[in-house]
Amino acid sequence: MFETFSYIALQQYWWIIVSLLGAILVFLMFVQGGQTLIYTLGKTEDERTVLVNLLGRKWEFTFTTLVTFGGAFFASFPLFYSTSFGGAYWVWMLILIAFVVQAVSYEYRTKPNNLFGQRTYETLLFINGLLGTVLIGTAVATFFTGSAFSVDKMNITRLIGDKMPVISEWKGLAYGLEAALNLQNVTLGLTVFFLARVLALLYFMNRVNNTEIMVRVKKQLIYNAIPFVIFFLIFTIWLLLSKGFAVNPISKEVYIEPYKYLHNLIAMPVVAIIFVIGVAMVLIGIIRPIACFVKCSTKGIWLTGIGTILTVFALFLLAGFSNTAYYPSTFDLQSSLTIENSSSSFYTLTIMSYVSLLVPFVLAYIWYAWRSIDNKKIDIDEIKSESHVY
Amino acid sequence: MEQVDFSLVDWSRAQFALTAMYHWLFVPLTLGLSFIIAFMETQYVRTGNPEWKRITKFWMTLFGINFAIGVATGIILEFEFGTNWSNYSWFVGDIFGAPLAIEGIMAFFMESTFIAVMFFGWNKVSKKFHLVSTWLVAIGSNLSALWILVANAWMQNPAGMKFNPDTARNEMLNFWDVLFSPVAINKFLHTALSAYVLAAVFVIGVSAWYLLKNREKTFAKKSMKVAAIFGIAASFLTIVTGDGSARNMAKFQPMKFAAMENLYNGQQNAPLVAVGFLQKNKTETDPKEQDFVFKLEIPNMLSYMAFLDPNAYVPGIHDLVKGNTEHHILSYKERSEKGKISIQSLAEYKNAKKTGNDSIATSALARFNENYAHFGYGYYANRDVNELIPSVPSTFYSFRIMVGLGFHFLALFLVVLLLIKKDKIEKERFILYTALWTIPLAYIASELGWVVAEVGRQPWVIQDILPTIAAVSQINSASVQFTFWLFFVIFTGLLIAEIKIMVSQIKKGPGSDDADHLTNNEIINS
Ligand code: HDD
Ligand code: HEM
Ligand code: HEM
Repeated sequence: MFETFSYIALQQYWWIIVSLLGAILVFLMFVQGGQTLIYTLGKTEDERTVLVNLLGRKWEFTFTTLVTFGGAFFASFPLFYSTSFGGAYWVWMLILIAFVVQAVSYEYRTKPNNLFGQRTYETLLFINGLLGTVLIGTAVATFFTGSAFSVDKMNITRLIGDKMPVISEWKGLAYGLEAALNLQNVTLGLTVFFLARVLALLYFMNRVNNTEIMVRVKKQLIYNAIPFVIFFLIFTIWLLLSKGFAVNPISKEVYIEPYKYLHNLIAMPVVAIIFVIGVAMVLIGIIRPIACFVKCSTKGIWLTGIGTILTVFALFLLAGFSNTAYYPSTFDLQSSLTIENSSSSFYTLTIMSYVSLLVPFVLAYIWYAWRSIDNKKIDIDEIKSESHVY
Repeated sequence: MEQVDFSLVDWSRAQFALTAMYHWLFVPLTLGLSFIIAFMETQYVRTGNPEWKRITKFWMTLFGINFAIGVATGIILEFEFGTNWSNYSWFVGDIFGAPLAIEGIMAFFMESTFIAVMFFGWNKVSKKFHLVSTWLVAIGSNLSALWILVANAWMQNPAGMKFNPDTARNEMLNFWDVLFSPVAINKFLHTALSAYVLAAVFVIGVSAWYLLKNREKTFAKKSMKVAAIFGIAASFLTIVTGDGSARNMAKFQPMKFAAMENLYNGQQNAPLVAVGFLQKNKTETDPKEQDFVFKLEIPNMLSYMAFLDPNAYVPGIHDLVKGNTEHHILSYKERSEKGKISIQSLAEYKNAKKTGNDSIATSALARFNENYAHFGYGYYANRDVNELIPSVPSTFYSFRIMVGLGFHFLALFLVVLLLIKKDKIEKERFILYTALWTIPLAYIASELGWVVAEVGRQPWVIQDILPTIAAVSQINSASVQFTFWLFFVIFTGLLIAEIKIMVSQIKKGPGSDDADHLTNNEIINS
C-alpha cells in the first residue's frame, strides 16, 4: 500500500507523525509541570505523596514518548538528527540530563537508604520540570527562528585539507545555548513551561480527592494561566508577523519571505482550523474550571490537553509544510533542512510507514490498561494502602 | 587528514563507552528478571499459593529499582548517536534509525504500559490480566533488546544496504536482510540469553544470602529452584550461541577474531589457547610470532571453532595488515589505496554531476562502486594502517574471562539444583558463599562480552565502511570532556544510590514469612 505513495507523500506522512508525537509530548509534559508544583500544592508530607504518586504513574509515558519522538525523527529525518543534535550539543545534553535525573527520582524518593535523601530527589524532579519544559520549548522555537550551521555532504570526501570529514558543522557560538539569547525562542520556552503547569493543575483536579489541595490548585490555576496566555499570545503574534524561511518548489532554493508563517496559515486552511480549534479548546478548558470550579473541574484536562495537541500539531505543520524549511540555517540559507532534503530513503520511509500502522494498537492497549487501573480519584488513604508507593 | 582532533574522537568514544557500559549494568537484570518474575507469578496463579505471590512481589520490587536506572541511562545512548556521532547519523541513519524507532513504538510502550499494571494493578485487575501484563513486560523488554541488537549487529556486519552517491549515504535495500542477518539473530540470542544467566545468578546469590543468615528459608529455596532451572537452560544456550558469535566474527570481522586470539601469524590447524598470558611490552606491529609467557593449548580447536574444520586456515594480524597472496588477503595498504580511490571517485562523481558532465560521472561512479568495499580504509590512506589494529590484550583477556565464567555459572546452577533436590543446600555454606560472590562475576562476564565485541571492532563504527575518525561530531573536545565527567559523576552517584536501596530492600526481605512451617516436600511440589 505505501509503495504506491509518492516520495513526497511519504515525507509528508512522516512529518505528520513526527509532529503528532511532538504534540503529544508537549501535552504529556504536564508531568514536568506538576513536578514544579509539588511544594506549592502539597503542604504536608501526605499531600505531597499523593501528588508525587499521581505524577509518578504517568512519568514513563512522557519519557517513552520523548524517546519514541527521538527515534521516529532519527528514522525519518536523519539529517536533522545529525545536524541539530550534533550541533546544538549543549541544549540537548542539558535536556537529556534533566530527564536522566527524573527517571530514578520517583522510584528512589521514599526508599530507605537512598543516599541523597528525599529532598534531593524532589529537587531533581523540580529541575526536570523546569529545564525540560523551558529548553524543549526553546529548542522547538528554533524551527521558526533558525540556527547557525552549514551542511555539506561532500565533506565526507575530505581526506586532506583544513577540515574534518564532517557533514554538518555548527557555527553557533555556544553549541546551541546561543538559542537562549533569542527572545522569541525564550518566549516559547516560557509558554511551554506555564502550559505544562496549567495542564498539571487540570490533571490534579481530575484525579485528586482532597479539599485542601484543591483550594491551592484553584489559586495556582489563575497564577499560571495568566502568564501562559500572555507568553503564548506574544509568541503567536510574533510568529505570524515575522519573516520565515521559504523554499522555491522548483529550484529548491531557500529564501527569506516576510510573513511566511502567516502565509502558510492562509495557504493551509485545514491547519488554520486545527490551530483555531486547538487554541479555543485550550482556553475553554482553563476558563471553565476557573469560573465554576466545583462542578466542571474534572473535564479541563481533556479539553486543554486535546487542545494542546491540536495547537502544537498545527505549529509543527506550519514549520514543515507549504514549501517551508523546518530547520533553517541563518548562517547559510541553502543548508536549511526541509522535509525533502533531510528525509530517509523512499524504501525506509515505506517500511517505517508499515510500522506506523501499529500505533493505533499501541494507543488502544494503553487506553485499556489505564482504564483498568485508574478508575477513581485518589486520596491520602488510598495511597497509603497501595503496595507500590513512590 | 591532519585536522582530525584526536582528543575529540577519544573523548567521544570514552563517553559512549561509559554510558553504554552503565546502561548495560542494569539492562541484563531487567531482561532476565522479568521472565523469572513471570514464571513465579504463573506459579502463583496456577497454585493459588500466596507464598508465590509474596515471592513474586519481592523480586518485582527489586526489578522496579533496577528498571528505573536502566531507563535513565538508556535515553542518553539513544541521543548520543546524534550528539556525538553526527556524521554517522547521516551516513547510516537511513538504516540505523529504523530499528531505534521500531524499538520505541513496539517495545518501550509495551514495557511502560504493562509495568504500570504490574505495579499498581494488584487489587484492581483480575489475576489473569495481571499475569498477562507481567508476561508482556518481559516480552516488551526483550523486544527492545532485539531491536537495539539488530542495530548493533548491523554495524558489525552491514547487510541489506547500498550506498547512494547522490545523497552521500547508505540506504536500506532490504529490511528483512537487516533483521534476519545471521549476525543479528545470533547476537540477539547470545546477549538475551547471557542476560538470563545474569539474572539467575542474581536471584540465586540473593537467596543464598538469606540462607546464610538463616532467614526466609522457604522463600529462598523456592526462588533458587526457579532460578537454577532457568539458569541451566540459559547457560547452556549462551555457550552455544557464544560459539556462534565467534564463528560469525571469524567470517565477518577477521581482525577482531585474530586480536581476540592474539594470533599474529595465520596458520592451518590453529590451536586454541584456552589459558594464556601475553608477553608484556609486545608492540602490535612487532613481526614476531605471537608471544605468550605461558599458554595451554587445545590443538586444531581454533580452526574448528572458526570454520568447523580442524584444517582450516585462520588469518593472523600480520596477514591482514601486510596481506597474504597465498590466501588472497589484500594488505591494509592496498585496501586503503582502493578506499581512497573510492572516496575520490565519489567527489569526482558529484562534481561531474554538478557541471553536467555525464560521461565523467558514469566512469567515476563505476570506479567508486568497484572500490566501495574498501571505502572506510580510504580515511587511512595518509596515516599509519597499524591504527586499524584493535587492542589485543583487552580482547584476549576479556574473552577468556567471559568464557571461563560462563562455565563457572553453569556448574554453579547444576550444583545448586542438585542440593535443593536433596534438600541439603542450607548446610553447604561454601556453596552459598560462592553463589553470593558470583553475583559480581556475572556482571563482569557480561560487561567483558561487550568489551570483546566493541573494543575488538575498533576503529570501525561500521565495519570496513566508517571509522570513528569519520563518524564523530565536530564539537570542541572540551565540551565532550565536560559531559563525560558530568555523566561519570551522575551515573556513579545514581549507581551507588541504587545499590544502597537494593541492599536495604534485600535486608528488609519479602515481609512476613508465614510459610516457613511448610515441609520441604510441600515446597518442592508446590
Ligand atoms: C553472562 C554473560 C556472558 C557469558 C557467560 C558469555 N557471554 Fe559472550 N557475550 C556476552 C555475555 C556473555 C554479551 C554481553 O551478551 C555479549 C557482548 C556483545 C554481544 O553480542 O553479547 C557477548 C559477546 C560475545 C562474543 C563477541 C561477539 C561479537 O563481537 O559480536 C563472543 C565471540 C562470545 N560472546 C562468545 C562467548 C562464548 C563462547 C561463551 C561461552 C561460555 C560466552 N560468550 C559466554
Ligand atoms: C550496552 C552495552 C554496550 C557496551 C558495554 C558497549 C561498549 C562500547 C565500548 C567500550 C565502546 C568504545 C570502544 C573503544 O573505545 O575502543 C563502544 C563504542 C561504540 N558502540 Fe558500543 N557498547 C554497547 C552497546 C552498543 C550498542 C547496542 C550499539 C549500537 C546500537 C553500540 C554502538 C557503539 C558506537 C556507535 C560506538 C562508538 C564508535 C566506536 O567507538 O566504535 N554499542 N561501545
Ligand atoms: C546504544 C545502544 C542503546 C540505546 C540507544 C538504548 C536506548 C534505550 C532507551 C532510550 C531506553 C529507555 C526507554 C524507556 O523510555 O523506557 C532504554 C531502556 C532499555 N534498554 Fe537500552 N539502549 C541501548 C542498548 C541496549 C541493549 C544492548 C539492550 C539489551 C540487549 C537494551 C535493552 C534495554 C531495556 C531492557 C530497557 C528497559 C529499561 C531497563 O534497562 O531496565 N538496551 N534503552
